[in-house]
Amino acid sequence: MVSEDVQTITEANFQVEVLEEPGLVLVDFWAPWCGPCRRLSPIVDAVAAELRGTVKVGKVNVDENPAAAHAYNVRSIPTVLLFKQGQVVETIVGLVDKQQLTRVVADQRS
Amino acid sequence: MIESEQVTIIGSGPAGLTAAVYTARAGLSPILIEGLDAGGQLMLTTAVENFPGFRDGIMGPDLMAEMRAQAERFGSRIVQGHVSSVDVSRRPFTIHTSEASFRTSALIIATGASARLLGLPAERALIGRGVSTCATCDGYFFRGRRIAIVGGGDSALEEALFLSKLASHVTVIHRRDALRGSQIMRERALGNPKISFLWNTVVEDIDDVEKGVVTGLRLRHIHTGERSRLDGEGLFVAIGHTPNTALFSGQLETDANGYIVTTNGTSTSVQGVFACGDVQDDLYRQAITAAGSGCMAAIDAERFLARIVPAGVYAAA
Repeated sequence: MVSEDVQTITEANFQVEVLEEPGLVLVDFWAPWCGPCRRLSPIVDAVAAELRGTVKVGKVNVDENPAAAHAYNVRSIPTVLLFKQGQVVETIVGLVDKQQLTRVVADQRS
Repeated sequence: MIESEQVTIIGSGPAGLTAAVYTARAGLSPILIEGLDAGGQLMLTTAVENFPGFRDGIMGPDLMAEMRAQAERFGSRIVQGHVSSVDVSRRPFTIHTSEASFRTSALIIATGASARLLGLPAERALIGRGVSTCATCDGYFFRGRRIAIVGGGDSALEEALFLSKLASHVTVIHRRDALRGSQIMRERALGNPKISFLWNTVVEDIDDVEKGVVTGLRLRHIHTGERSRLDGEGLFVAIGHTPNTALFSGQLETDANGYIVTTNGTSTSVQGVFACGDVQDDLYRQAITAAGSGCMAAIDAERFLARIVPAGVYAAA
């Protein structure tokens, strides 16, 4: 599920890897039993590869990290949150295609 | 120059996949573009007990996996991705996804329908944060919590029954005083101690957009006008569906509710374009009627192609 450009984010490393990251961080909340999450996963990998260096990309398994999902009011998956300096600046709920995901990141880079 | 396909199918629910099976078996080598919600509405349900052929019922995703495998077995070419635009103003028709473009002599539309929303601004703001249109998808996040469902048909009752196993309590909010839907579903829901009903009631607003999460609902009784508040962490909207026809706006005739108008079986207002499944059906909306109309669309498309291909020439696969 995790490619080279994508980090595994957990409750243990969320603070350091996401909240303390100065640049943009894209976080994909998923679970193994979620069909649309499995379809989104390679799309997130592709976006991570394409935008390498401009955004950090990570995935959070909500089964293993329920408190992380709860902390950000994630009540549906897949949900992708875009963090900027520790704050959520964009929320994408549900399956989207690569174009949509890339556009959301691009909009925040300006 | 992009070569033209003989037939392209948009949509991968029971209608699209049945059309794929039939057109593939007719030697037409169909392209089927899955769409984002591949598998259609049955992917969002658990046990399907009324699709004929399965005496013990079958799980929705399993049924769709079978249909998909069957379509591929006979040579359907299934493409991931979703259609961004379509041009049926001239033949061959053109279809664009974000990754590719296709030209096709015949087009079968099987894009189905999506869950209708209440239309409240708070609803849109809280989607994924307590507002949901899919119990099987999101029920997980509401274990042990109080939730509400808006609706009174089979979809609402199915969601209520499913969620009653997870939630601490389920309140069904319906604007009428009687449930629609099949008798068996009504009996099961009304007899379930974890489900209660608020009749003649509508949702006026959803708390709490500022907090970014659902904390309760603001309700109004439609006869007395009395307003009340219902605490809860989730709202599931199950008030019906709206056909996915935005792609064809201005190009195909649709009825007042947005459904594609079909005549003589599955023919649309454009020759060579056929529609099947929920996108053209406001009346039955069942998996089996969708599958049946998918077969009809395939036969209609095949006959159409046979008339436009010169006699004696078989279009190469």
